[in-house]
Amino acid sequence: MAEMDTSSSGGKGKHGGTKSKKHSTRVDMTPMVDLGFLLITFFMLTTTMAKPKTMDLIMPKDTKDEKDQNKVKESTALTILLGKDNRVYYYEGLAQDPNASADPNFFKATTFANKGGIRDEIIHKRDEVAKQRNAKGEPEDVVVIIKADNDATYKNFVDILDEMAINRISRYATVDISDQDKTWIKQTEAANGVK
Amino acid sequence: MVDMTAMCDVAFLLLTFFMLATKFKPDEPVTVVTPSSINTTLLPDSDVLLFTVDKDGRVFFSMDGQPKRRKLIEDLNTQFKLGLDDKEMQSFVLGASVGTPLKNLKQYLSETPDQRKKTNLDTGIPTDSTNNELATWIEYGMAAQGGNFAKLKFCIKADNQTPYPKIKDILDTFKQKHIQKLNLVTNLEAPPPGTAAYQEMMSADTKKH
Repeated sequence: MAEMDTSSSGGKGKHGGTKSKKHSTRVDMTPMVDLGFLLITFFMLTTTMAKPKTMDLIMPKDTKDEKDQNKVKESTALTILLGKDNRVYYYEGLAQDPNASADPNFFKATTFANKGGIRDEIIHKRDEVAKQRNAKGEPEDVVVIIKADNDATYKNFVDILDEMAINRISRYATVDISDQDKTWIKQTEAANGVK
Repeated sequence: MVDMTAMCDVAFLLLTFFMLATKFKPDEPVTVVTPSSINTTLLPDSDVLLFTVDKDGRVFFSMDGQPKRRKLIEDLNTQFKLGLDDKEMQSFVLGASVGTPLKNLKQYLSETPDQRKKTNLDTGIPTDSTNNELATWIEYGMAAQGGNFAKLKFCIKADNQTPYPKIKDILDTFKQKHIQKLNLVTNLEAPPPGTAAYQEMMSADTKKH
């Protein structure tokens, strides 16, 4: 850049005498740049904070007509009940037979745990049902019936829907809980000493 | 010493840009902790009717787009004779989620968010079958879209602890309105190892590389 020689003492090679010390006009900008980048980083991070994701939930139409309703085979169904305090209950089949509960191992309780929880049961049932063949000789699909009790929370509901996605269960339905199911939950809770 | 003027210039330019471009959303009346799922679909920014449900089951409504919000509140005002003035309508247009019975809407909108907390007007939109105002909000929210339903999404953002019966009430309301496709807002979590979804994700990853 252009600079003007402002020294009063002209002439070349003239040493000695009084020469005023030149102060640098440059300021140390390091702290300012530090601050600038700190703020940039902050704003960049805050503007792109975790965008929420969504889960599709497709609900069935309410049909009164028997013809339009899908029938679920007893042998391919797995019923899952959501109870209070993140408890999960399940039984195989639809329990349309009132004597089904005569078997003490019919109605079982489990949890949302990663290992040994409801997921293992879903996978087990899915693989079990896949061995069956339908009329066309194709493997059957498991149908999961989800019933949530009044004490269940939204988290339980999403968790169980998520299990369907995790285990790639394509056929599942959320159904209103029956009085029979409620009684079974109460009995199991009483047996396990849950208040 | 390196000349840092240029770097400083760039830094401050970016800083100014981000400061100006950042749009702070109006404060939501409630905080909601959403559950996690493995779904990766993003929540769209526009064409969304968002129903927020807090842990006590209070329902709040919000919608994007100021012109749409204006149309919605004007429609509600004329239809239900709410007697809102311009200032109250503007407060709805610019404000956050609204969750109050229609009869309290005038007072609700005339107050600031801080006042609402004191006067306990944040009682949520009634969803019981005798006075299902949620259905009204859905209906008018749809009407405000101006006939463009193709992209419209109905999102439910509920808290982990929301009791299930409340969710069921809401789902039933949507069913009555013949809306079958809903979106539940969730956080992202990774698929657990060893499951079908995990294997699919892994095989998709290896194909890519």
